[in-house]
Amino acid sequence: MLEIHDLSLSVSIQGQLVEAVSAVSLTLEPGRVLGLVGESGCGKSLTAQAVLRLGEYQGVTRTQGDILLDGQSIFSMPDESLRRMRGGKVAMVFQEPMTALNPVFSIGSQLIEVIRLHLDLDKAQARTRALSLLGDVGLQDAEMLLRQYPNALSGGMRQRVLIAMAMAADPDYIIADEPTTALDVSVQKRIIALLRGLQRERGLGLMLVTHDFGLVAEMCDDVAVMYAGQIVESGPVASIFDRPAHPYTRALMACRPEVGEVGEALQVIPGQVPAPGNWAKGCRFAPRCELVRDDCQLAVPAAERWHDGAHAARCLHVPEAS
Amino acid sequence: MNRPVLQAHGIGKVFSAEGMFRAIGKDKHAVADVSFDLHAGETLAIVGESGSGKSTTARLVMRLLEPSAGRVFWDGEEVTALSAHALRPMRRHIQMVFQDPFASLNPRMRIWQSVAEGLRVHQPDLSRQERRDRVAEALDICGLDESGMDRYPHQFSGGQRQRIGIARALIIEPKVLVLDEPVSALDVSVQAQILNLLKDIQDKRGLAYLFISHDLSVVRHMAGRISVMFGGRVVEQGKAADVFAAPMHPYTEALLQARPIAHPAERTQAATSKGADEGLAETGCAFRTRCAYTREDCAGFDNVLQHDTVACLHPLHQQK
Repeated sequence: MLEIHDLSLSVSIQGQLVEAVSAVSLTLEPGRVLGLVGESGCGKSLTAQAVLRLGEYQGVTRTQGDILLDGQSIFSMPDESLRRMRGGKVAMVFQEPMTALNPVFSIGSQLIEVIRLHLDLDKAQARTRALSLLGDVGLQDAEMLLRQYPNALSGGMRQRVLIAMAMAADPDYIIADEPTTALDVSVQKRIIALLRGLQRERGLGLMLVTHDFGLVAEMCDDVAVMYAGQIVESGPVASIFDRPAHPYTRALMACRPEVGEVGEALQVIPGQVPAPGNWAKGCRFAPRCELVRDDCQLAVPAAERWHDGAHAARCLHVPEAS
Repeated sequence: MNRPVLQAHGIGKVFSAEGMFRAIGKDKHAVADVSFDLHAGETLAIVGESGSGKSTTARLVMRLLEPSAGRVFWDGEEVTALSAHALRPMRRHIQMVFQDPFASLNPRMRIWQSVAEGLRVHQPDLSRQERRDRVAEALDICGLDESGMDRYPHQFSGGQRQRIGIARALIIEPKVLVLDEPVSALDVSVQAQILNLLKDIQDKRGLAYLFISHDLSVVRHMAGRISVMFGGRVVEQGKAADVFAAPMHPYTEALLQARPIAHPAERTQAATSKGADEGLAETGCAFRTRCAYTREDCAGFDNVLQHDTVACLHPLHQQK
């Protein structure tokens, strides 16, 4: 089990530490897909990267909370275990398939490097494993592909290679940060099917970071919606889609072009995500909320829970219908 | 109907293998035989995946690229053969908005200077104050406060930068906007704001849009007519409502099926259709290696549009 407990992160802006993620708690179980949803600048990528302690290299500081991987804190791991955990137990798939591969090494050498880093295999065995991984992610002509360089591959093929790399050491968890955003719509659907298939087959825990509720509808079992560094709503996917409770969740769902009626203006969320340091005192969504009332400005609402505690929302005025 | 504000007659573009590539390369037909008319107040969407030739088509009608074949007309006047110099005063007629609002603004120019660039070319007699007033007006149309005029691009969010890009295109009051993936780099929430803004501007000013996109959900909201491109050619074209209701080309159908779903209840078991993800066949119908319905005679198809509607030997629906 991967547990994020009460995690707060700060980033350094012009020499000042500013809180960017506030007391986030999440649980990712093996065999489940958790969607972490929100607009750019909500802190979702920072949260996801914290699971591999990647933010530390970019001046992100943990100010409170912990992340437990199968009961062990990743912040107290010695360097060697941390190195083996990254890619070994928890792997990451990034958004940009165009930049995540090194252009001067062949696909084979990059893939085999990852395999040998984590598994005790000789070159020939690693090569065999590389071939079978490329087959697993639906790439044909694996032999030839091993000799090719990233520039010869299309975006969809590169993303498949990156997924093969993430699978190299048979991880228990995969963190995928906007894995399909940079791809064509038709390729997106196939990458989604691939990820979903691998996840089911191997009982992976998958954390999917996205701004797109369409992707959530397609893939996720559980959903956590982030706004301005906080989780504002969380619950099982069906419950979130059938009874979205937080006005931010509702607004984010309603502005999708596939939901709106042709000929009518699309729904929008007025304004934009406030930068860390500019968050409202009470409910952080209040300045953009259509349903805002006086008391919303006063206190940060605690998360209300219902449906046996599975569905929760941080709003003082959850609409009746929820 | 009035004469079209933008016309393409059989335009094509061949990138020839030259210099060090001559020995190994083949000529690449990026776009072949694309024709359309665009009238004031309407939106024509060109839809297709990366490499389909849709952005090349946009650049050809903008005359940012030299067509290898065919003719381009702006407001009824042929511009295909005009020199860059002769073209310059005519560019006020047609303007472009690019995909990447981060890359399309000069980071070292203040916003008002970037937005005013078109004025300096097309209305050089304006005073500085007049130019600033026009910029303020254009920014206002795009929902931006004039107080941002003296700031730099990095001080704006992605959505705001795209508004600035639109203001910059609008300032010289063109009749046609060519929009190349104007919202695909933006968050869903910001996308909706920009799409509504574009609709609004079109309703008020009767602009014509050539809307380039790979995303049919977005296109459904914007376009009256659609041309679907694949492998450099138009494979289906028609009224948006007809194409969405009854796609005739298997590629159009595949694009429609690839749209995101609205609710988890619509999940289908493993959307793995037949054929390859990407790429095109070198002979016969370009789509046949990816087509779920391909038959033997597809290998001999010449990819030409039939009845100006669909380029397929076995269309999925009958011609209307």
